[in-house]
Amino acid sequence: MGRYLLRRSLNYALLLLVAVNLSYLLAATQLDPRALYEVSNPPLDPVAIENNLRSRNLSDRVPLGERWLTWASDIALRWDWGESPRGGDVGEEVERRIWVSVRLIALGSVLGAAAGVAIGAWTATRQYGVADRGFTFLALLGLSVPSFVVASVLQVVATWINDTSGVRFFEFVGETGLHGEHFGAALLDRLQHLLLPTVALTLLGAAFFSRIQRNLMLDALGSDFVRTARAKGLTRAAAARRHALRTALIPTATYFAFGVATLFVGSAFMEIIFSFHGMGQYAVSTILGQDVHGAVAVAAFGGVCVLGGALLADLLVVALDPRVRSGRRDGDG
Amino acid sequence: MVEPAGTAIESGAPAGGPPRRESRRRLLLRRFLRNRTAVLGVIVVAVLVTFAVVGPSLSPWGVEDVDRGAFLQPPGGSHPFGTTQAGRDMLALTLHGLQRSLVIGFAVALLSTAIAALVGAFAAYYGGWLERVSLWVIDLLLVIPAFLLIALVVGGGGEGGSSTVLLVLLLALFGWMLPARVVRSLTQSIREREYVLAARFMGLSGPRIVFRHILPNIASLLVIDATLNVSGAILAETGLAYFGFGVQPPGTSLGTLLGEGARQLHSFPWLFAGPAVTLVLLILGVNAIGDGLRDALDPGSGASGAVT
Repeated sequence: MGRYLLRRSLNYALLLLVAVNLSYLLAATQLDPRALYEVSNPPLDPVAIENNLRSRNLSDRVPLGERWLTWASDIALRWDWGESPRGGDVGEEVERRIWVSVRLIALGSVLGAAAGVAIGAWTATRQYGVADRGFTFLALLGLSVPSFVVASVLQVVATWINDTSGVRFFEFVGETGLHGEHFGAALLDRLQHLLLPTVALTLLGAAFFSRIQRNLMLDALGSDFVRTARAKGLTRAAAARRHALRTALIPTATYFAFGVATLFVGSAFMEIIFSFHGMGQYAVSTILGQDVHGAVAVAAFGGVCVLGGALLADLLVVALDPRVRSGRRDGDG
Repeated sequence: MVEPAGTAIESGAPAGGPPRRESRRRLLLRRFLRNRTAVLGVIVVAVLVTFAVVGPSLSPWGVEDVDRGAFLQPPGGSHPFGTTQAGRDMLALTLHGLQRSLVIGFAVALLSTAIAALVGAFAAYYGGWLERVSLWVIDLLLVIPAFLLIALVVGGGGEGGSSTVLLVLLLALFGWMLPARVVRSLTQSIREREYVLAARFMGLSGPRIVFRHILPNIASLLVIDATLNVSGAILAETGLAYFGFGVQPPGTSLGTLLGEGARQLHSFPWLFAGPAVTLVLLILGVNAIGDGLRDALDPGSGASGAVT
């Protein structure tokens, strides 16, 4: 098992290396940091612009190969991911923003997955009942409404509640705001700011996971080992919970690992709408700000997330599935 | 739930008489029509397509027209969706965005499903180095954050974005990997079936076997996949446009309208409502059709809540 994971990790590392370098070549040719300086008013001295760009390894008059070599060796030798065109260390920025994103998505993604699994497993035992049809339609709706529409509508509803009640209960700008000095005020303030994005993420996650879990649970409920469990005298609920659900959770774990990892960059809408300065918002602002090194760092981080998700999925399956643990793998997906 | 594979006999035969045999096409149609959500989806999408095609010629206001007597008007009168700050008609803008969404959605879905089918089927049929290279490329494209790179290419350049064709190509390029893996594993199981072996021993060439014997047998998966890709592509396009990537200024997109509308949502909700409802209806309709197709074509999957 260890060897298998090691070989996979090595392959992942190679993939990541190629992906990051491709991203650099693309970013360096597509983005134009010089444009930032050329539009400034009063106009800057061209020599000063050139010196500025050269000192940050961003000048398009330096051959691409040379720029790439400088960039790559800086990372390889000093773990220096470069500077943005206006100055500012990309590595530090990313380091700070990762935690903002973690705080934003951690609660929502776990709640969403838990709610989705619970709804999916429950409705599967009541296939074609009223609750099943209702939740199936809600899940279809949840998957069809883009996240930025969900977030914006939540904001309107929250504003309306704030206005009609006269109490500023819902907060939707940034991570923290003004708060009192009493015990727990800072924590309460943070939670208030987290409430709306967490609700939005939970709704979207629940829609996604309930659909997956319902299908998996239906397959599991129809299988022979559940019938055997029933024949041995277990109640319907116990058979569903202990035998069907346990099996049906294994593939969900894979989806969860991938889903959480890709959410880091995928939550850009949430971050922008709720003014969290995390990785998703950084991704958009680096491209709009012609920030070559920043964009590449985000791409690298995104790649690490996908691979981290893949590796985590492998590990979860090993942990949950006895057949894999004993080395009996029939084909990979 | 599970129906015997290969038989086209429905239980709706008249009592006493022999079971009526139906052609596969009629059976599928009947299964699809029995699914009310899916039929509703077809109606919604058909209505939206009709609006997108004939709407602009019926409305007195064009996309570029400015009504100097109505700046930021709420819905009513000759502007059913209201007007923008510049006096442009929201309905005309929404229809324009809808056209763009439809074109991009269908083009990307066709293209990416075609790539998925070709790569997946050929990789699995030939195996060897072709399969290994394909799988490696699939993994590589999965590792690259697609949204970011597409945004980089279509929105990064200083000279005001790029063409719709490029956007379609990029969305298709990053949209085929997961379906291709499914096609590959299905082809692996079909490859050793008797009819494929028979075709091979009769001396048919590899490509011919793939096109005539393998792809038709996974057509149902491809149809479902293409439908769901339509909504995926539309969501990706609107998402990019929401941030201002990939739309050239005179033109507009539902995503652009939503991005602008969201900023003024509290004061002027109609700037957001029209495009939002249109987009949600479109995606909902396409997804409902996809679910209905899956239930009709692949009843064993037990995918959604429809009666099979």
